[in-house]
Amino acid sequence: MSNEIEAIKDPGLPAHVHRRTDTDPKAAKQAERQVAILFLLSALGTVLLIGSYIFIPQDLFIFLPILGNTNAHQFFLGLGMAASLFFIGMGAIHWAKTLMPDEEVVIQRHEFRSPEEDREEFVKAAKDGAAAAGLGRRSLIKRTLGLALGLAGLSPIILLRDLGPLPGDELSKTSWKAGTRLVTDPGDRPIRPEDLEVGAVAQTLPAIPAGAHRPLSDIGKDAVLLIRLRPEEFNLDAERLSWTHEGIIAFSKICSHMGCAVALYEQQTKHLLCPCHQSTFDVTRAAKVIFGPAARPLPQLAITVDSEGYLVAKQPFTEPVGPSFWERSS
Amino acid sequence: MEHNLKRLSRFRRHRATAPLLLVLALLSIGATFSVAGAATSTPLSAAEKSALIDEGKQLFLKGCSSCHGLNAEGGGIAPSLIGVGAASVDFQVATGRMPMADMSVQAMRKKPVYNEKQVEALAAYVASLAPGPEVPSESKLNYERDGSTAEGGELFRTNCAMCHNFAAQGGALTQGKYAPTLMGVEPRHIYEAMITGPQSMPVFSDKTITPEEKLSIIKWIKSAESEPQLGGVALGRVGPVTEGLLVWTLGLGLLVGVAVWLAMKAR
Amino acid sequence: MTARERIAGNVANYVDERTGAAKWMKKNLTKVFPDHWSFLLGEIALYSFIILLLSGTFLTFWFDPSQREVVYDGNYQPLAGLKMSAAYASTLHISFEVRGGLLMRQIHHWAALIFMAAIVVHLMRVYFTGAFRKPREFNWIIGVGLLTLGIVEGFLGYSLPDDLLSGTGIRIAEAIIQALPVVGSYIAFFAFGGAFPGEAFIPRIYTVHVLLLPGAFLALITVHLMLVWYQKHTQYPGPGRTEKNVVGYPLLPVYMAKAGGFFFIVFGVTAFLGAVASINPIWLYGPYTPGQISAGSQPDWYMGWLDGLVRMSPPIETHAFGHTISWNILIPGLIVPGILFTGMALYPFIESWITGDKREHHLLDRPRNAPNRTALGVMSLTFMLVALINGGNDIIATTFHLTINQIMWFSRISIFVLPPLAFVITKRLCLSLQRADRELVLHGRETGRLVMMPHGEFVEVHEPISAEKAWLLTQHEQQPALALEEHDASGVRRPKALKNKLRARMSKAHAVAVPKATAEDLKEIEHH
Repeated sequence: MSNEIEAIKDPGLPAHVHRRTDTDPKAAKQAERQVAILFLLSALGTVLLIGSYIFIPQDLFIFLPILGNTNAHQFFLGLGMAASLFFIGMGAIHWAKTLMPDEEVVIQRHEFRSPEEDREEFVKAAKDGAAAAGLGRRSLIKRTLGLALGLAGLSPIILLRDLGPLPGDELSKTSWKAGTRLVTDPGDRPIRPEDLEVGAVAQTLPAIPAGAHRPLSDIGKDAVLLIRLRPEEFNLDAERLSWTHEGIIAFSKICSHMGCAVALYEQQTKHLLCPCHQSTFDVTRAAKVIFGPAARPLPQLAITVDSEGYLVAKQPFTEPVGPSFWERSS
Repeated sequence: MEHNLKRLSRFRRHRATAPLLLVLALLSIGATFSVAGAATSTPLSAAEKSALIDEGKQLFLKGCSSCHGLNAEGGGIAPSLIGVGAASVDFQVATGRMPMADMSVQAMRKKPVYNEKQVEALAAYVASLAPGPEVPSESKLNYERDGSTAEGGELFRTNCAMCHNFAAQGGALTQGKYAPTLMGVEPRHIYEAMITGPQSMPVFSDKTITPEEKLSIIKWIKSAESEPQLGGVALGRVGPVTEGLLVWTLGLGLLVGVAVWLAMKAR
Repeated sequence: MTARERIAGNVANYVDERTGAAKWMKKNLTKVFPDHWSFLLGEIALYSFIILLLSGTFLTFWFDPSQREVVYDGNYQPLAGLKMSAAYASTLHISFEVRGGLLMRQIHHWAALIFMAAIVVHLMRVYFTGAFRKPREFNWIIGVGLLTLGIVEGFLGYSLPDDLLSGTGIRIAEAIIQALPVVGSYIAFFAFGGAFPGEAFIPRIYTVHVLLLPGAFLALITVHLMLVWYQKHTQYPGPGRTEKNVVGYPLLPVYMAKAGGFFFIVFGVTAFLGAVASINPIWLYGPYTPGQISAGSQPDWYMGWLDGLVRMSPPIETHAFGHTISWNILIPGLIVPGILFTGMALYPFIESWITGDKREHHLLDRPRNAPNRTALGVMSLTFMLVALINGGNDIIATTFHLTINQIMWFSRISIFVLPPLAFVITKRLCLSLQRADRELVLHGRETGRLVMMPHGEFVEVHEPISAEKAWLLTQHEQQPALALEEHDASGVRRPKALKNKLRARMSKAHAVAVPKATAEDLKEIEHH
């Protein structure tokens, strides 16, 4: 802006307007009473808190409007606590607003920048100190100090090595082998093909010896979804078709995107939907991705029946299950 | 006797008399109807069964054949009903899903068009076309006795929650379809849905989820339904979305409101 | 002297003789704080942090951060006899057997959600008023750091109970770690002590959640507040307020009472929410197992935008030379958020580079007077909002009878289309508001009263605005664009011409404004 254009001037702080409580002692007394009532309400809240904690049984339910059937212990405990805190706040704020002085105070800011001589003295002190340390001249000290500190900094990282095992081929292997029976999850019952109607699904896991413990880490790789369609509904190449049995097809239940359980099967469209990020897989085309962010189809498990007629895996999975990782080649 | 009648007639003009008589009349009419209309549990004779199937056929031709075909063979817009069994008919028609009111992407639960007797007739007719899943009898549905709530919860979370949500409130499927809420659904219909796999829902065979396990699932659903709100208003039992909404509306709203009041000059 | 005064005097003397406290107490007790409700938003966050510390400590007395398998034998019948982790079982114990346990759990979780919401609205206030300018750039960076750490802390916190919903979230987090090129599988195995889910993760995040991150928060919040204290709070422009003063109320008694009282308000409202509104009902979710999932699985709201970005990502993965890079995870999960938050953190420096303004600023901007900055802010919020909405697309679909496919496509397109549109609209709005301000100063307020002139014309009576209002509407600076010459006096081309061209262009765009009314203009009009 050029200098001749005159800006509109700052009229300065407006005149102070007094509150009723400043001029009228009765109003002030009333405000004091209001503050007192607020603090008393808080006290009542605390009494309610203590009373509820001690006297209301934890399994008592009462009907309240809007909230419906409510746990009385939880509700009154919380209400008491809320009231005891809230009204202290209201009282303090009302007290400040009505009774404490409300004249605005003006203070001046100071420049942050230190006076020149302080800055010069600082620089001089820093330079002198550094020179006294001799780092500039004694490069051998400087270099070996750097080496010592750097190496010392490595040790915490080294000490954390045992946080976990190296991945090895853990991410590429599951418990499924040729002949592993598919069993129901939960229940651990083996399944025959005739147990499934067309349009049926079953949540399955690999069979484990009786009484053995199945860690969650295994479930996280081994969970398999079994779906039965009519054989003519498949749109598969010969090899993948040979991995099915009488219209029953098996997929890894662990989403190829980020590992959620994909078990939402739409019987009419033959689509699998993962509820986490809505990746949609077409079962008739070997779980090909047709919508959503998943980039790979769900790995298919080749199945057949064993000599007793139960469904078993024909072979392990031919690719790693679950989300991708750097070492995954496909 | 006359003495009692005289005592009674004192109240003839009492202001509570009319409403009280009205209530008594309604109660007696209602009681009469419920006694008279109670379904008998005696099995039908062959002749009665045949009559039921005929009635069902008539109802079918009138209300269902335009989509499902004159012989229930299906058509462009409706599937064949041959082999779907009485259970399917009972589920679809008694929950009001069928007849489908509009050609939307999925049949919705709504007020049933047919009464209980008519549903029974339709079911008998469709069942007569080919063998299919039967309507479970009352004795087969005693989930209180035969089911386990905790086991039912585990089964529900493994087999049902991915569509119907962890608290059976329902969830989204693709292209506008949805798995409906299971709140307020008859145990019989829950059972029938599991064995018939209506629309998008898959079939849950009795070998993969045994009848006892199915009853456990129903018991857990009923327990979740009747469970009072344990921590306060449940906000729909759909998870963090509604919780976040409450914080941004009620939570911040209250706090900013107090902040505005705090900074306002007192009068 | 009363007895009380004598005792107080003795105590004060005792302390002062050992610390020299009187000097800085005197200075600070009379320190002045400007009063505006929007300055309390940061306080909501601060008090929520304290509430989190208090309620969290309560919970640690009963919570067992172990993933070892136990059989449930507590009060909640629908889970009776089921196998679950000790973490989950102890959370059930807190919810159903410890008196006040469920209340405290709910207060803790509601406080966390309010903490994050308060940080966001506080950030918006600071951004839109330009409070991040010199000398407060470093405080802004600390603030962005607090926001980031808050997101992590909240995520770790609700993952501690090891329930189905939060376990699903951990699975997704592990997939992001695993997707990192070269080191992903190693870091994942180190973090989880092996394959997912393992038994080491919950105990480890417990340490991070109750010790490491709260320590970081305490340190950062202390520096954040000390800077505000030392640099003095900014103030809104108005009559009597200048760059060189602070107008407000003293710490003792007014500010202490109001700010202290507000702490109790925040605590009370949070406790009220904890009393009446159910949050994180883990007993309904069930214990975590990788074979289960619920429809409608979302993270807490402050991570909803990340979920939305991941959901809308195109399915891009590259496989080359025996290795996989999951762009569909890395871009929405790490790269885009990284760019956004880095840009956010560096914004004070970006803006001062564009404007060339290296002066201190203690008076806040009215958002309309910085149209470019305001428009950029609204643009960023629009981006986040589209992502957030997509994060809840399945819940929205079932509630409003839409399809997840529709919402997904809407999000994919509008995340590119809506933000620039929002920018343009906001900038235009700001300029309109500036124009309206100018009109107000020059012509006064429209009273709505019509008067007939002698020659038959109807005119609306305008009331001149007060001197205070006129000052408020014209006190702002309107900096001209940077004049960067491409060639200097001797014809030498300025090096890095592209960078400077960009700077010149952005500076010009940044300086677009409706010229404010001046006293000259007023005088001119008075002559009419």
